[in-house]
Amino acid sequence: MEEQNKDYILECTGISKAFGGTQALKNVQLQIKKGEVHALLGENGAGKSTLMKIVIGLHKPDEGEMVFEGQRYAANGPADALRKGISMVHQELNPEPHLSIAESIFLNREHTMKGLPFLNKKETNRQAGIILKRFGIEKDPRTLMEELTLAEVQMIEIIRAVSCDARIIIMDEPTSSLDSEETQHLFHTIRELKEKGVSIIYISHRMEEIFEICDRVSVFRDGEYVNSCPLEGVTNEELIAMMVGRQVKSIFPKIECEIGETVLKVENLSGKGFQNISFEVHEGEILGISGLVGSGRSETMRVIFGLDPKTGGKIFLGGKEIAIKSPKDAISKGICMVNEDRQNFGLCLYRSIRENISLPNLPSRQKGILINQRREKKEAEEVAKVLTVKAASIESEAYSLSGGNQQKVVLSKWVMAKPKVLILDEPTRGVDVGAKSEIHTLMCQFAAQGMAIIMISSELPEIMGTSDRILIYHEGRINGEIFREDITTAKVTQEDILAKEFGQKEGGK
Amino acid sequence: MSRKSANAASESIRFGMSEIEFNLFMRRYGIGMVMVIMAVILAIVSPTFRTSGNVISILLQVSLNGILALGMVFVITGGGIDLSIGSLLALTSVIIGAMLNATGSIVLACVVSVAATTVFGLLNGILIAKFKMFPFVVTLATQLVIRGTAYIISGGYSQSLANAEFKEIGAGKLFGVIPYPVIILTVVAILAYVILHWTKFGRYVYAVGGNKNAAIASGVNVFWTTAGTYIISGFCCGIAGIIMTSRISAAQPNIGVGYETDAIAACVIGGTSFAGGVSTIPGTVMGIVIIGLIYNGMNLVGINSYWQTITKGLLIIGAVMLDMVMNKRK
Repeated sequence: MEEQNKDYILECTGISKAFGGTQALKNVQLQIKKGEVHALLGENGAGKSTLMKIVIGLHKPDEGEMVFEGQRYAANGPADALRKGISMVHQELNPEPHLSIAESIFLNREHTMKGLPFLNKKETNRQAGIILKRFGIEKDPRTLMEELTLAEVQMIEIIRAVSCDARIIIMDEPTSSLDSEETQHLFHTIRELKEKGVSIIYISHRMEEIFEICDRVSVFRDGEYVNSCPLEGVTNEELIAMMVGRQVKSIFPKIECEIGETVLKVENLSGKGFQNISFEVHEGEILGISGLVGSGRSETMRVIFGLDPKTGGKIFLGGKEIAIKSPKDAISKGICMVNEDRQNFGLCLYRSIRENISLPNLPSRQKGILINQRREKKEAEEVAKVLTVKAASIESEAYSLSGGNQQKVVLSKWVMAKPKVLILDEPTRGVDVGAKSEIHTLMCQFAAQGMAIIMISSELPEIMGTSDRILIYHEGRINGEIFREDITTAKVTQEDILAKEFGQKEGGK
Repeated sequence: MSRKSANAASESIRFGMSEIEFNLFMRRYGIGMVMVIMAVILAIVSPTFRTSGNVISILLQVSLNGILALGMVFVITGGGIDLSIGSLLALTSVIIGAMLNATGSIVLACVVSVAATTVFGLLNGILIAKFKMFPFVVTLATQLVIRGTAYIISGGYSQSLANAEFKEIGAGKLFGVIPYPVIILTVVAILAYVILHWTKFGRYVYAVGGNKNAAIASGVNVFWTTAGTYIISGFCCGIAGIIMTSRISAAQPNIGVGYETDAIAACVIGGTSFAGGVSTIPGTVMGIVIIGLIYNGMNLVGINSYWQTITKGLLIIGAVMLDMVMNKRK
């Protein structure tokens, strides 16, 4: 019956957006009907978030136009979007902890005393009380935000959007931190909103939820629009096929090499965001870790590297159990990690390439209490040359380099450390094509020298092209293991891996 | 996929001093030009300025602030700030007074006072690095604690020191030419240079101040690095405090007020970034000399001290602007 309503409340056409040299969106479209729950689906980096940020005015599109309720629409930031009727409830909720519920709901449109510039707290609280009751929330409107659970904060955000008369509410992974009861409560609210004619754009990686609550779905892939369809009548497999598409396999410079003894072994490791993870990685092996963002893959590696504490399980290195309390412990034992957040965890941007490369390697390069500067410079220059870091001088500051070269500097410092285990988290993110393939070649060379490499990547072609073995994460657990033969013989396809990332059960292997 | 190629800077690494390295050198030490220009102008305007006696007198004048600034530069490079240095001078002074009274031993007095300021530096460091408190607030508070301690030790009274030997530290001259404070300043500057530029600890200070997360992920012990910078600052306060006490020949609990301003000013003029992670010891020394030139030059030319204060303030703003323009940073 809804199908008859041909009028779209929001229509985006021909939207393109580039960041620097990276094309985040290419000529995408999106149509939202009044009163529908519309799912956005796609892999990490498919362009969903960028598109939503354009809709609420956090980014300006390079091209394309948006029509909202029959009128040309453009927002100057989230506040403006909310005024015009579009609101977004972010995945990372950041409420003002010291505001009350009432103050949060009426933030930026406070009730004032008649003719005076003073706040009318009584009226604010009264109005908030009425709204809370309407949504069946039994809370005093004077309760402070910091006393609420995540689910409640989310509810308040939704209430705030609705009370601002939002006709479209964008929800980004709204259930990621809710338990099943809270999720059901959220769905109840979504259905109520729908009845009132509010449209919901629902971003989620959880297929069951999408099938349960959404009416239609739009699929994105690599910054491009793939298709939209009603969810009724479409299968899980069909959606996954849409997300993957048929990319031509890139050529990866895989060097096959002898896989040796077990180097690192993890047993029932648990921590924040993952439980009971067990795996082994061997000399000369590249172990690929695949999974959606937030599935626990980076979190596991952070614990192994000592950045976060573990809550259970054991880590063995060369057969001996080891305790890692800090990255310092990990590095001294021969475990190094290239973090996914290169600028934040990888480099001191205003220091030279030389200093960045030698930073973790100083303890063993001292002459008495002083740094052996000649040796330091020589070694840094050598390793930078091997990794083909392109810079005017080894004394150039790191911020002057391109993304690919910055990444090579980060790699250089760990190569100089000669680790037994090298963990790479999204090693080619934001790196240009040339440098990307150079980094792949380097990885293979390190493996050939006997290093054990663990590589996390969101790019399926990359992970399939370089790994000897792939572990697939889903919601904090390993949901499948794939060997290289299965990929080279095309027994396992991108679709199979993606299906496992999205939680499809069936036997691993 | 990024089409941006890395060709913009695609020359391979060059050895020796390339053009880039020269530019880098200018950016770091460009403030030296300002120093030279100031000195040249003063030399033209004032005949007295040109005398060798005046050069030594400038160095003597800046020795106190110089030693403090050389401690401060570690703290700021590590991403902090130390407002307690003025109070530490007073603490040194009264401890020396008390120790000289009780024992008569100059060595003991100096050792105990420097140990005390170093311990307070460690305390600052623990509060900041262990409990992750804001350096500004911590040192603002410990400043009061230290000042109060100085008053308690002294009973609130100034005490003049008649020990002639002790007076020699501040007033004496090596070979009758170079004042001891200038020699001490030189030694501290050389030590600071070696520690900051040639040791692992120095590198760690740059890393922690530049990007704490990257430092942790590179195996740096952030606690000891941060605490170390405050310990060094405390130690420098003790040394400066000895010279100050000797020069005024009195143990006073009320000295040193406002000394942090000049120390911070010297660091900033010398190219130390308040964001942390960027500084050089030669730059800081130049900052110290520039401040000395302002005081000395304006005195010689006969400009009153109110204008000196204004000039110093404007110079700090100018130095930060220069830094931002030259480094083209946000």
